[in-house]
Amino acid sequence: MACSPTRNPFSHTESPAVGVSIEHLSKKFGSMQVLKDISFSVDPGEIFVLMGPSGSGKSVLLKHIVGLEQPTAGRVLVDGRDASLEDTREHVHMALVFQAGALFNSLSVYDNLALYPREHQVADEAGIREKVMRALQILSLENAAQKSPSELSGGMKKRVAIARALVMEPQLMLYDEPTSELDPVMSATISEIIATLKDEYHVTTIVVSHDRELALGIADRVGILMGGELVSLGTPAELKTPKDPRVAEFLYPKIDLKNPRFKKLET
Amino acid sequence: MNQITAILEGIGSTIQLLFRAASYTPSLWRQRARFIDQCYQIGYTTLPIVAILSFFIGSVLALQAGYSMSNFGAKQFIGSLVGLSMARELGPVMAAILLAGRVGSAIAAELASMKVYQEVDALVTMNIPPAKILVLPRLAAVLVMMPVLAIIADLVGWFGGAIISKYTQSIAIEPEAYFSVLRRFMVFKDVLNGLIKAEVFGFAIVLVCCNIGLNTRGGPREIGASVTKAVVVSLILILVLDYFVTKALM
Ligand SMILES: Nc1ncnc2c1ncn2[C@@H]1O[C@H](COP(=O)(O)OP(=O)(O)OP(=O)(O)O)[C@@H](O)[C@H]1O
Ligand SMILES: [Mg+2]
Repeated sequence: MACSPTRNPFSHTESPAVGVSIEHLSKKFGSMQVLKDISFSVDPGEIFVLMGPSGSGKSVLLKHIVGLEQPTAGRVLVDGRDASLEDTREHVHMALVFQAGALFNSLSVYDNLALYPREHQVADEAGIREKVMRALQILSLENAAQKSPSELSGGMKKRVAIARALVMEPQLMLYDEPTSELDPVMSATISEIIATLKDEYHVTTIVVSHDRELALGIADRVGILMGGELVSLGTPAELKTPKDPRVAEFLYPKIDLKNPRFKKLET
Repeated sequence: MNQITAILEGIGSTIQLLFRAASYTPSLWRQRARFIDQCYQIGYTTLPIVAILSFFIGSVLALQAGYSMSNFGAKQFIGSLVGLSMARELGPVMAAILLAGRVGSAIAAELASMKVYQEVDALVTMNIPPAKILVLPRLAAVLVMMPVLAIIADLVGWFGGAIISKYTQSIAIEPEAYFSVLRRFMVFKDVLNGLIKAEVFGFAIVLVCCNIGLNTRGGPREIGASVTKAVVVSLILILVLDYFVTKALM
């Protein structure tokens, strides 16, 4: 099983895809309500893209799915298990690409990627090396392997974070703005990776992104979060002609030099 | 009221962290590289400063003892005074204070910055418990290195006292006489008591500093706040524990 030649090095082919369901999720930080009664589910093997203005609670929502935040009300189920319980991470392999990368600053790029397989003893050192180099190659990072994270550019850090998540071979992959700092070709590569993992290996994927191309190009469904509420949920085709004026404004903002938005604020 | 709940919360989370870390003890062999690295960080880098300070503590003890004891013609007993004070009290306490300043602060800073920059969150999502790879190797390393530091402190302190006793004109005691008194009035239990103390202090300092680091919330500014808190709490802890351990070992 582990050595079959067709086995994707980045996916547990043997583990079935998992679904995520979010039920009446609310989150307050102190008195600030960040998420308001959100419900939706992501099917096994689906690519779900979450969009929304800055500060609308997208990152907080992702943290609930991996169990880094506890809901104030409602719950998140991953493969039928409560995401806030520690054991869920034992049963479901999840990887989150953090918005800021969250690389281990005291480790080299190579060791950042190798940490997970080493700790979980998924392969011997040679096997790990192969996985790690492969992931670095896909993201054009071969030359950065021995660098420390502090020596990398913003976009490189992002790519290392993605590579590190790939090496984890997750069943559920969460990306927090994977393409925000990347050039167009690299963005396209990321979109291709996401789509390939889904098509061939049935990895369930949730992507937070402002990238309309990516969303419309690879998503099965797109959700739009505004002010902590899910205001729209549908297929990319439906989003081409949004009904909600807030969504239309968000997705296709018109640059109006005669009547700029910041001037409207002043009056 | 808030302060009291904060203290109780701190104690609670520290004990919890201890049990968590202890539950991963079997993984220690696989983590030997990290353990050795921490031994180096904790032991080797603290050693020079412990040696220098102990030398002067031993010297000052001898000077003060010479000053007061020669009044009633008891200066030949300086060796036992320096020996016992170093072994039972000042060796372990000095080593612990330096550990708090040198190692405790570094641990708090490192873990706090890992927390603030979401590295700890990343570990959690990778299902690699921070208690296992960040806390356990440090606790194990301090248990091994602390007695070493305390013994070095004792020895250097004794030698400091001996040298001062010989070369200070008002004292002028030969090292042979100094050490023979030191040996005569000291038993192994005195040294052992000191080592147990050192062990307790060192373990408590590392545990508390890890906990404070890992519980840092907010931005980069909080890293500094955590370091200060870690050092202050460690120093208080040394003095409080000193009383209780001394009493328990009487
Ligand atoms: N730990 C926290 N404590 C208090 N408030 C928080 C915390 N984390 C997030 N928030 C608040 O929650 C809101 C949503 O934050 P979040 O990071 O989810 O935004 P986002 O949608 O990801 O935005 P962006 O697109 O800029 O990344 C913000 O107003 C933020 O200030
Ligand atoms: Mg965000």
